Amino acid sequence: MIVEIGHYALILSLALSLMLGVVPLVGAVRHDAALIAVARPAAVAQFALIALAFAALTYAHVVSDFSVVNVIENSHSAKPMIYKISGVWGNHEGSMLLWVLILAVFGAAVAVWPPAMPRDLRALVIAVQSWIAVAFLSFILLTSNPFARAGLPPIEGNDLNPILQDPGLAIHPPLLYIGYVGFSIAFSFAAAALINGRIDAAWARFIRPWVLIAWVFLTLGIAMGSYWAYYTLGWGGFWFWDPVENASLMPWLAGTALVHSAAVMEKREALKVWTIFLAILSFSLSLLGTFLVRSGVLTSVHAFATDPARGVYILAILVFFIGGSLALFAMRAGELKRGGIFAPISREGALVLNNLLLTTSTATVFVGTLYPLALEAFNGSKITVGAPFYNYTFVPLFVPIFIAMPIGQMLAWKRGDLVGATQRLVFAFVCGLIATAIFAWWHGAPVLSIAMAGLSVYLMIGSFADIFGRVFGRGVSVGVALRRAFGLPLSAWGTAIAHAGIGVSLLGVAATGWGVERIVTMHSGDSYQVGPYSLSVEAVMPRKGPNYSEVVAIINVKRGENLVAHIEPSKRFFQTRRMNTTEAGIVTLGFGQVYVNLAEEMKEGAIDARLYWKPLVSLIWLGALVMALGGCLSVFDRRLRVGVAARARNAIPANAQPAE
Amino acid sequence: MRAFRSLLMVLALLAPLPAAAVQPSEQLADPKLEQRARDVSAHLRCMVCQNQSIDDSDAPLAKDLRMLVRERITAGDSDDAVLSFLSDRYGDFILLKPPVKASTLLLWLTPLLVLVLGGLGLHAAMRRRNDKAAPAPALTDEEKARIEALVRRDSPQA
Repeated sequence: MIVEIGHYALILSLALSLMLGVVPLVGAVRHDAALIAVARPAAVAQFALIALAFAALTYAHVVSDFSVVNVIENSHSAKPMIYKISGVWGNHEGSMLLWVLILAVFGAAVAVWPPAMPRDLRALVIAVQSWIAVAFLSFILLTSNPFARAGLPPIEGNDLNPILQDPGLAIHPPLLYIGYVGFSIAFSFAAAALINGRIDAAWARFIRPWVLIAWVFLTLGIAMGSYWAYYTLGWGGFWFWDPVENASLMPWLAGTALVHSAAVMEKREALKVWTIFLAILSFSLSLLGTFLVRSGVLTSVHAFATDPARGVYILAILVFFIGGSLALFAMRAGELKRGGIFAPISREGALVLNNLLLTTSTATVFVGTLYPLALEAFNGSKITVGAPFYNYTFVPLFVPIFIAMPIGQMLAWKRGDLVGATQRLVFAFVCGLIATAIFAWWHGAPVLSIAMAGLSVYLMIGSFADIFGRVFGRGVSVGVALRRAFGLPLSAWGTAIAHAGIGVSLLGVAATGWGVERIVTMHSGDSYQVGPYSLSVEAVMPRKGPNYSEVVAIINVKRGENLVAHIEPSKRFFQTRRMNTTEAGIVTLGFGQVYVNLAEEMKEGAIDARLYWKPLVSLIWLGALVMALGGCLSVFDRRLRVGVAARARNAIPANAQPAE
Repeated sequence: MRAFRSLLMVLALLAPLPAAAVQPSEQLADPKLEQRARDVSAHLRCMVCQNQSIDDSDAPLAKDLRMLVRERITAGDSDDAVLSFLSDRYGDFILLKPPVKASTLLLWLTPLLVLVLGGLGLHAAMRRRNDKAAPAPALTDEEKARIEALVRRDSPQA
């Protein structure tokens, strides 16, 4: 019954979305207040209905209702509760339901926040958001119904794919989807602006928090996915240039460009057309990512052809939204009034350079991901575009971005002074050079790692050079400096911290070149030196888990004679699906990690294993957290809470002294 | 990200999981040759896997290819010779870095093309905009007089 209620709620939400896609739109075009007024409550109701459907599916998974096909195929009564819940989105149907749920969350959010927003703009945004909801709700109901019942319910389910039975599944897809789908708001704002033809700094101010929120979550989602792959896939890689990874990297790159161009638009009313285009592009790439992952076209062109219903449907959605928005863009872009002018050497100019390089890297990933498909369709020849291709193309694109990042922060708006900006970065340059020398002395090779490490130090310090200059001056006391530091807008801190986060990640990536790897056959009683640590194998033995059995190696990690950690890497066998997984034994020591992964079991008591010492490796993901923190600070900048800033300004007493 | 690949794996009917890549018994005694073998392996695709190099994969085919790479290297082949030996037999599909040839020219040139065309487009757009925003025409005498009047009216000691 509860499952049918969920199904019914989903159908109702489709009907509601159809209405919501039309009524407020007509209202906004005809300036009919009554029709516009429908948007806000209906958007909240739409969210409530989809949330009800999602709750119903979650309930079916939690109680292991094996009369529902989706539960049979992806659950097992002995599965731990966390995986019963996260298993809801650990499959195609459920993950699409999560997708529309997040879409509805954003729709409802824009219905209530910010309070001060032109009513017709809000109505248009909600209407466009509803078109997307209609497309995906009908996709779910027509091709991927999660509520389908089985004719003959079995007594037990098929269990969830063991690789997905990991806390990563609970966190990674929701984060990633909030990022992906978050860009839908930017898209809806762009479409709304093109429809009513009003694009100004206020528009940019409305869109920026949404873009930042999406960007923060996408950053976290990608980092989480990368860490998950790192610890489950067993050889300690953190990025594989897999087409599915690329599918999430493309909207991230475009979204990063969007965050920056929206800043220019908000400050200077320049780059309007370009910002609108990036808003469309970011979400289009999110849709493309959904298509690539969901249609199976990546595995093989033939997999797509054998079960085309889903793939063709998403492709149609893709064509409709990308084509429709680009057509609207082409019709309206010419009418947009061009904004403020600026010299090439200026903050705007630096951000334009950022946009050019980020767009080029987006295009590179795009072509790298789709070229093999296109070539195979074109003349049948099969090629592979793998990590070495991206290493060759991304290094020359990103080195200039990294070098320019702190310089851009130092340039003034409208007309900047390149020499002056560079001079103020001398300290960061020198620190970078000293770091390069230290790393070279410490590790010797490889050269690329040393250069990257030096660059990362320059980035981390250079990112704060602007703030440092604004806070300290000649003869400024600590108290005044502190007051100034607190007085700076949060977005200034956000920028500095997010940029420094890139430096942190870069250092982690650089340090992968200094890792130690040993491939051995372990016996209990053996001891191995890996980097600064020695690993002593206490035992290799079988063990039993709730829905699996495993072989585990009990290993003590010592530094000299001191025991510092204890790890238990294992190899698991899942009975229901007859699949093996490996659980790496990982311990974080400082910023580095000892990483042990078991491979083939040899004779009694011996097992093949890979042992790693990965110095500074955790910085790769910590850097992403730092970037996300920077993004969050910018979201909470007072300026972006339109209306609030004006009130706060008025509240300052007339005789208050401005802070120096 | 890999999670999605895992989801895909479910759809693709449970491909085997990577567990063991290079095994202890495979390794060459000479660490220099072994390092070269590892580097070469990282440029070769495990053709039955989704997107893994033979160095990372535990598929039996990958193991055979790793042995083959070590055989060729021990026999004295250069790294490039090993790569072309394999691509002659298995096609370009095995190379993780696609070779530069007519059919892949567009792939390799895309970054450069986008960068150059984008740069030129930007340059043109900036010039057009700055031309449009040429200095405003000087004030007419009438306008000057009006400003003068306004200033006089607003200044308190007038």
